[in-house]
Amino acid sequence: MAEARAPTLDRPELPELDQESISLGMWIFLASEVMFFGALFAAYIIYRNAYPQVFAEASRHLNVWIGGVNTGLLLTSSLTVALAVNAAQLGKRKLLIAFLLLTIVLGLIFLGLKGLEYSQEFEENLFPGRNFIYPGPEPEKARLFFSLYFTMTGLHALHMLAGLLTFSIIVLLAWRKKITQENYISVELAGLFWHFVDIVWIFLFPLLYLIGRT
Amino acid sequence: MSSHITPRRTYIFVYLALLILLGGTIGVAYVDLGIWNTVAAITIAVVKALLVVLFFMHVKYSSNLTRVYVLAGFLWLALLIGLTLTDYLTRTSGF
Repeated sequence: MAEARAPTLDRPELPELDQESISLGMWIFLASEVMFFGALFAAYIIYRNAYPQVFAEASRHLNVWIGGVNTGLLLTSSLTVALAVNAAQLGKRKLLIAFLLLTIVLGLIFLGLKGLEYSQEFEENLFPGRNFIYPGPEPEKARLFFSLYFTMTGLHALHMLAGLLTFSIIVLLAWRKKITQENYISVELAGLFWHFVDIVWIFLFPLLYLIGRT
Repeated sequence: MSSHITPRRTYIFVYLALLILLGGTIGVAYVDLGIWNTVAAITIAVVKALLVVLFFMHVKYSSNLTRVYVLAGFLWLALLIGLTLTDYLTRTSGF
């Protein structure tokens, strides 16, 4: 009878069931992440529903160009992650490393543009702190929009940093040949996390940048 | 892990679909459709998310057990938002 052993990442061959239980653990984590961001989306829905005109006007102060380009970058990085998992499945180590490095570069460009955007918004006094100066009507209600904007995009950026750090570690592991065709679950799980972060942005972009553009 | 290996071609097609949908969501945002602007934005976002979940996250090829976990996450999100709105949308005296 097979001895029951706890699945570990360094074990060369994991039985199908162990692999699935590891994936399920990741999905439980992602479900908790859905609730984490979900609470913020719920707050957004309530306040936008309460002050639709103010939110539409406030949204026009965001840079739709940077937001749009960043969405494209993030979608592209999801593709490169999917291709990295594909390379791992086929045991193509160099291709795996190349796609992960490409993903990291795309993620860093996203964060760079995001930082540029933040600095523009700080300059325009749109950060809802002590120096908040809003040129439109109902500044106290517009402040809510910018609070949600900075909280949601900031948390999203933190998630991206975590993802990029994870990918960097996986690049090192792959470099040292610790990731094999039989055991690439770390690539798969990091990929799931990255795609989740992509999905959060897929909703953030239209809800924050594209209201009140007509 | 599922032994299924998605062909690279599929990923490229999904990616192109995502880019087209991104163009669509930006384009439609500049056309005045009233309340339908929001409906269109949410619908396109949901379709994009579905493409990512099904193909990039391999849920299309996952076991039913995994699918239950995925659905549970979104079910709880629907409860969170849905039940909150039953309060806020039915208040008669504002906040």
